[in-house]
Order: sequence, then structure tokens, then C-alpha cells
Amino acid sequence: MFDKKAKPGAARQRQLDRYAQLVDRLSPRSRLGQGLLRAFLCGGTICAIGQVFLELGQRYLDMTVATSITFGSMMIVFMTAVLTGVGVFDKIGQYGGAGAFVPISGFANAMVSPAMEFRREGLVLGLGAKLFTIAGPVLVWGISASVIVGILYTFFPW
Amino acid sequence: MISLLFNLLKAFVIGGSICAVGEALVLKTKLTPARILVGYILLGVLLSAVGLYGPLVEFAGAGATIPLTGFGHALTTGVKRAVQEIGLLGAFTGGLTSTAAGIAAAVFFGALTALLFKPHPKE
Repeated sequence: MFDKKAKPGAARQRQLDRYAQLVDRLSPRSRLGQGLLRAFLCGGTICAIGQVFLELGQRYLDMTVATSITFGSMMIVFMTAVLTGVGVFDKIGQYGGAGAFVPISGFANAMVSPAMEFRREGLVLGLGAKLFTIAGPVLVWGISASVIVGILYTFFPW
Repeated sequence: MISLLFNLLKAFVIGGSICAVGEALVLKTKLTPARILVGYILLGVLLSAVGLYGPLVEFAGAGATIPLTGFGHALTTGVKRAVQEIGLLGAFTGGLTSTAAGIAAAVFFGALTALLFKPHPKE
């Protein structure tokens, strides 16, 4: 009968090679390449929108550089909260992956999304607590690390 | 006008690159997005502490401050400034002072949105 272990003949082997080439050519570009490109485009766009607010603040609203940076972050946070509320940010996240969650938009989305979902469990332990599901760990480790830096900087100012 | 477009381009390229590194971490490692976010904050704190992140912010503007590494940078610059002004206590006040607006905005807009909108079914 049919022996699976037998080596395919030369003609069959050529057929298999051609098939492999065909699959190669027709399958979508690598997940890695496509993912990186999408993250780059999505993250770049969000940062460029942030930069619009920095320029706006510095050029027309008499803001210092530091204030305009805060202003830019707040506007991205605000826009993300609204887009998450109307359900659009989920789609941006599906397309952009890390491009959507590495910018501060990801921080805002990670707060709003579970807060919305768990609101039915109450305003205190539902909405109030779930707001910090992802934001909590980020704040805990960010603040702790900055305190360590501050203590070191007090005794060994570099 | 040219300088405006150039600034937008710099923010786009640097910010996009920082995000692409995050995507590579998602696809190549088993790290969850939450761990990557925490990692980015810690990286920002560290790079800022050794003085590498400040120049990047000067060059790329929002391209460096909007990614979460920029949040770490804000924590560190706040802490350093406060320590210079009031000493050891500044290690505890500086970080939250400099990030207060961003955190309060996220809490307030987050709570408001969660009150106003109904959750959407996941597709």
C-alpha cells in the first residue's frame, strides 16, 4: 500500500517544491513584519497628534515646553477616553497593537475599558476599583522606581 | 511652517519606533501588554535617571513624551527637581507632582466615560 516513509520521487518532489513556493508567495507577509509596520504607523500617528498639541500650546497658548508636554498628554488621554467610550479605540488597538497601547493612550484605555465593563458591579468597587486594574501596577512600580532614584539622587547627586 | 512639519515628522518617526519595539516584544516574547507597560515606565525612569532620555525629548518632543517611557521620564525629572529644592522629602513628592495633571486627567476622564457609556460587546 501507500508507504508514508518512502521518499517522494523526483517529479513528486518538484511538485512539492512548487507548492511550497506558491504557499510562500500567496500567504500574507510575515506576522512580525506586518505587526511592526502597523505598530509603527499607529504609534507614530498618535505621537504626531500629541505633537500638534505641543506646538499649539507653545506657539499660540503661551505655554512653557513643560506645560505643553503635560497638555499634549492630557489631550491624548481625553481623546482616548472618548474613543474607548464609543467603542472605536478597540478597533484602533486591534489594528495597531503596541502602537495603540505603548503611548499614553494605552494607559487611558486600560483605565476606561475595565471601568466601563465592571460598572454594573457598583460605582465604588466596580467602576472605582476597576479603573486601576492596569493603571495600579503601572503607578505602583513607576512611583516606587522614581522614589528610589530620588533617594539615590539625594545622597549621590550626579 | 517647515519647522512645524519637521517636528511632526520627528515625533512620528521616534514615537512609531518606540511602539514598534513594543510590538516586537509582544510577538517575540510571552510578555503580556500590562507587563510591557510596566517595563516601559521602568525603562523611562532608568534612562531618564542616567540622563539619556532628556535629549530624546528635546529632539522628538511628543514622540518621546507620549509613549509610556515619557511617563517614567516625567516621574524622574520631577523627583530630581524636588530633591534639589527640598532634599530627601523631594524623593517622595516630586514624582507625583510632575505627573499629577496626567494622572488626574486619566482618572477623571476615565470615570466620566465609564459613567456615560455602556460597554460594547467584544467581537
